[in-house]
Amino acid sequence: MKEFKVKVEVKLKPVVLDPQGKTVLTALHHLGYDNVEDARIGKLIELRIMGSDAGNVKELVDDMCKKLLSNPVIEDFVVKVEE
Amino acid sequence: MYKFGIVVFPGSNCDHDCYHAIKHVLAQDCEFLWHHETDLEGFDCIVLPGGFSYGDYLRTGSIASLSPIMKSVEKYALAGNPVIGICNGFQVLVESGLLPGALIKNSSLKFVCKWVHVRVESNKNLFTANTKVGDVLEIPIAHGDGNYFCTPGELKGLRENSQIVFRYCNENGDITSESNPNGSIENIAGIINKAGNVLGMMPHPERCAEEMLNGTQGKLIFESIISWLNLNKKVTGRA
Repeated sequence: MKEFKVKVEVKLKPVVLDPQGKTVLTALHHLGYDNVEDARIGKLIELRIMGSDAGNVKELVDDMCKKLLSNPVIEDFVVKVEE
Repeated sequence: MYKFGIVVFPGSNCDHDCYHAIKHVLAQDCEFLWHHETDLEGFDCIVLPGGFSYGDYLRTGSIASLSPIMKSVEKYALAGNPVIGICNGFQVLVESGLLPGALIKNSSLKFVCKWVHVRVESNKNLFTANTKVGDVLEIPIAHGDGNYFCTPGELKGLRENSQIVFRYCNENGDITSESNPNGSIENIAGIINKAGNVLGMMPHPERCAEEMLNGTQGKLIFESIISWLNLNKKVTGRA
């Protein structure tokens, strides 16, 4: 068993409106960054997990994402496993 | 007299309002159920009250939907018993999968606390049987995440099965974008499950169930439940 560092990115699906991202986009424009076309805000979840290999850990975290870490109705997730 | 159970999660804050409305205004038996409770034997209706369970961490209602009591609530609902989720309770119901869709941040990004009008869209269910389709009810809302979202497929299902119970409207009953306080798809304020025994709604009927609170129309919802229990209590098996 060894320790794996896992990063989970959770973001709103493209079809879901992100009012927070929109507000940040407007604020960036106020700062003069007129070339910013879009801003979307998501979450980054970092986990430390004991496991035998990266594949198993990824499978486990995918499961966690479906059950709790993301809401499949509105969010997509990406799991990155590092040793 | 029927026995209502009000689920209390850490962070629930409308539990006592619900208790007051049910016990003192509607003169029914009422008990609080701590979220570790798993025995719902003998309860005629379960209420998931408003509030900020678990501080709205991760997503509103997401942590509460995994509380020990929710497995029992699920069984209780699948057996056909009435379950009503108000505000945060609605958020818990969508997170638990008992109702379709999701509740996301208000499109204005603001917490909205005000009286709104909702139009009854369907009364062929146990929660609005004492109202007429088209009735305009004035009920307060208070939420930051009440923006109802679902997939086009789910929306089609909701429409076809008359699962949309309330829509935000103006005082004349017109469904307008100005009367939509949070950006919900099709002004949706409340929905039921396919079987019709689980209701989720963002407005707070318990806050307008007596004259002293300047509104009594919330009472119609609790009275509808009681009317249904009068007719069906012996027929339906309890969980």
